[in-house]
Amino acid sequence: MSLTEKTAADLLALQAAGAATAADVADAFLAAYRDREPKLRAFVSLDEADVRRQAAAVDAKRAAGQPLGMLAGVPVAVKDVLCTEGVRTTCSSRILADFVPPYDAHVVGRLRAADAVLFGKTNMDEFAMGSSTENSAFRVTRNPWDTARVPGGSSGGSAAAVAGCLAPLALGTDTGGSIRQPAALCGVVGLKPTYGRVSRYGLIAFASSLDQVGPFAHDVTDCALLLEAVAGHDPRDSTCVNEPVPAYTRTLNDPVKGLRIGVPREFFGEGLDAEVEAAVRAALKEYERRGAVLVDVSLPHSKYALAAYYIVAPAEASSNLARFDGMHYGHRTKEKADLVGTVAKSRGEGFGPEVQRRIMIGTYVLSSGYKDAYYVKALKVRRLVKGDFDAAFERCDVIAGPTTPTAAFRAGEKADDPLAMYLSDVYTVSCNLAGLPGLSLPCGFTAAGLPVGLQLLGRPFAEETLFRAARMYEAATDWHARRPAV
Amino acid sequence: MSLSLDDIRKVARLARLELSEADLVRMQGQLSAILDYVAQLNELDTADVEPLAHPLPIQNVFRPDEPAPSLPPAAALQNAPATVGDYFAVPAVFDTDEPVSH
Repeated sequence: MSLTEKTAADLLALQAAGAATAADVADAFLAAYRDREPKLRAFVSLDEADVRRQAAAVDAKRAAGQPLGMLAGVPVAVKDVLCTEGVRTTCSSRILADFVPPYDAHVVGRLRAADAVLFGKTNMDEFAMGSSTENSAFRVTRNPWDTARVPGGSSGGSAAAVAGCLAPLALGTDTGGSIRQPAALCGVVGLKPTYGRVSRYGLIAFASSLDQVGPFAHDVTDCALLLEAVAGHDPRDSTCVNEPVPAYTRTLNDPVKGLRIGVPREFFGEGLDAEVEAAVRAALKEYERRGAVLVDVSLPHSKYALAAYYIVAPAEASSNLARFDGMHYGHRTKEKADLVGTVAKSRGEGFGPEVQRRIMIGTYVLSSGYKDAYYVKALKVRRLVKGDFDAAFERCDVIAGPTTPTAAFRAGEKADDPLAMYLSDVYTVSCNLAGLPGLSLPCGFTAAGLPVGLQLLGRPFAEETLFRAARMYEAATDWHARRPAV
Repeated sequence: MSLSLDDIRKVARLARLELSEADLVRMQGQLSAILDYVAQLNELDTADVEPLAHPLPIQNVFRPDEPAPSLPPAAALQNAPATVGDYFAVPAVFDTDEPVSH
């Protein structure tokens, strides 16, 4: 097994044992990058010299006997929506094509403090709006299991980078499924933490009441490791909660005794692909064999969650993206115009079609005369969706179902039909509306060799239970150990 | 819910988005379809439901009011499309050829 196929935990152990240096690890991933990136196109930018410098600094620290952080010498790819000081951060948008942040996002600072090696900025749907990474202004990322197919989105570059063994770990963001959906489609583990678990400081905002930063990894252990490194209080984000971060990696091998798994009947209805359903049902059977109890639960308002989401998220986006006016940073039109004309032309030229569509929807549902009928109505439905979860969690510890209705679809298949694309988030958005943690882990493959994801949802701040429950299944299967032939 | 081209023009103006005629027409069809989809929320009676704007029950998060350095001017200006000295340069706000007096 080459270094690039190993987990972060393996790479840490190899370095601690003196069997590999951080430079060896970095060189292996850089070689993989040169070999496979032309096929996968997972990155917006990567500075090879900077990667080598960071790795050499970790080796020097180790040689000098200095204490090392928990991710010492482990490459971590970062979604290009997270600010990196002095390193271009584009949101895969023309409007930020040349933007160089003057500061680090909180999570990026945490990675540096953990002695991780920042390994490039990953491609995404523009401003994290999309489910296929086809909305990037720069490139279309490919699924490592079948390069004719999409990796999912919006964090498709991060998911493809981990699945394609271009980085053992990656950070993404999840507003309506943008970590879990690509994790499922690429056959890796992805977690959207509880709202408030991880600081959003330096995350370029899409929908501020829904956005969370979270990890991608080959397995549950690595996923827990990366969350542990980036989670925790940050006074610069007032919604980031001051609760201690448990040592997830220390407990995740303890099975949850008498685990009660809620199985919502609404997640197994019309639109669910038969092969995906079969893989998820088989996973539930495996849980029963390991002592878990399946509980029939109902989330009666979940069929309305997607509609509520596609009002709330664009509304918040239209407000957040008002800051891109071509004045303080970002693209400014070359055409001569007055102030308002310059703003409108800069935005018309700089934003791609999906971002423009969401700004338009958001502006409409917040506009005078329509706000109560759309925006306030959606917020009321949001409370009903959250109420469903509160009731269900009185009877179970986690909720399980498919992460996505289908396995990875073909590039171009849904590109011209926004509504069809939105439907690929049908099982993931309710978790964001309610602010819950959600994890996707591999639970099988279709006959065509495409990965299927099992989604586990937990109570607020119950990431520890999610990891332990996920690990119970992972320990009994070997889906997470498979690597695609790119 | 079908939106007229004039509705679309009005929303684009509110959103400060200059779009081509072709984009406006495409947007008209797509936005109408999306609004039709979200109209299913009207099946629910929500008269007695309080809106939920935010998932966490947190309010009034305070921190100590201590002075701390902010971004230096050069860093704040480094991404600006146009600057004059330590200022962001923007097109004239008022439609006049007269120099603005300070």
